Amino acid sequence: MNPPGLTTACAAMLRRDLTLAWRRRGDIAMPVLYALIVTMLFPFALGPEDTLLQRIAGGVVLVTVLLAMLLALDAMFSSDIEDGSLEQLVLAPQPLALMLAMKILAHWLTTALPLIVIAPLLAGMLHLPTAVMPVLVLALLLSTPMLSLLGAILVALTAGTRRSGMLLALMLLPLCVPVVIFAAGAVAASQQGLPWLTPIAWLGAALVLLLVLAPLACAAALRIALDA
Amino acid sequence: MTAAPTAAPNNTPLLEARALSFHRQEEPVFAALDFRLCEGELALIEGDNGSGKTTLMRILAGLLHVDEGELYWRGEPLLQRDRCIGEILFLGHQLGLKADLSPSENLRISLGLHGCREQVSIASALAEIGLSGYEDESVRRLSAGQKKRVALARLLLLPATLWLLDEPYANLDRTGIALVNRLLENHLACGGAALVASHGTVSFHGGEPQRIRMHA
Repeated sequence: MNPPGLTTACAAMLRRDLTLAWRRRGDIAMPVLYALIVTMLFPFALGPEDTLLQRIAGGVVLVTVLLAMLLALDAMFSSDIEDGSLEQLVLAPQPLALMLAMKILAHWLTTALPLIVIAPLLAGMLHLPTAVMPVLVLALLLSTPMLSLLGAILVALTAGTRRSGMLLALMLLPLCVPVVIFAAGAVAASQQGLPWLTPIAWLGAALVLLLVLAPLACAAALRIALDA
Repeated sequence: MTAAPTAAPNNTPLLEARALSFHRQEEPVFAALDFRLCEGELALIEGDNGSGKTTLMRILAGLLHVDEGELYWRGEPLLQRDRCIGEILFLGHQLGLKADLSPSENLRISLGLHGCREQVSIASALAEIGLSGYEDESVRRLSAGQKKRVALARLLLLPATLWLLDEPYANLDRTGIALVNRLLENHLACGGAALVASHGTVSFHGGEPQRIRMHA
């Protein structure tokens, strides 16, 4: 008996989660609309003063994207636990951590990527200079996968508990502080014409670390969640 | 030619439990359970509600950690799950089907993870379990019995030696029950083994099955 290779299994997982997301396309649009509305509130609350909005634009977009991702995070494993798909995944002759990494990748593709696509629009609404946009997008490309990975660990840890949504936010947001500091730091530095590569490099290093460790932590946490 | 190994592999049980016990928060769920299951054998797990049938199934599948006692897979201690991985197929109360996907899409994922038996395809499996014509219907629209049948199609498709079936007859009609019995008989005839937990009376034609009695 030969179980299928890793590539086949990874492709099957990724395809499954992307198909499921496509069947529920409305859910993909939700975080995007949320981010649009939240960003729109800032000029109303602070007044249409150009210099003020420009100064806060990078930070506002980053925090808004973070909060929008938080909305969709809760659903990452919950439906799989409810319908027993996770049990089948745990029992499959494939490394669980890798399969979960595919799930996290699918989740990032369906929630974070649309947000990154509209990020220049959000930043434009707050008059962020066009020259800074590439740095903003780069910072988002590095920081959103970290949020997905950190979030996945916490979702796995809180799996099966009631009111896990609020608990998740309370646990995840403090962990996001360094991510926000470095990402916003890069955007601010680029806005002031300073070198912005250092914070980006730090984000990249942290992302690599999380890419390796987060799926393993997720797998361990979900095994414990099932063993109860 | 060298002499064949003296230990005949057929005499080694596929799965053996010695003094297996499980506690949930200091409360014993079951204690000192012993059984041997060889290839080609069927064991029925019997017991009242709450006697630990599902718990036992989940332990054997590797979802729960055993408290005391030992499990052996083909004569070797089953400490690390990689020894039997892919050889055990577990069908529990939760069927593991995605409601938004069709039966064939659901089965294709299982095949991508577990691999496929020879000479079966998703179409032929769905035809055999009586769901041809429903290939592309979303599972959400199927009845409880039809969903169960989709999960049963995994038994036909996936290459596993030991089947752990928790209430396989639930929600099934008369032909569905006959289908489960037929699947079991074919599987045992091909050298597989199965553990079945069920409340219903199992009418099984392939000889008298072993009975494992659970006490609360």
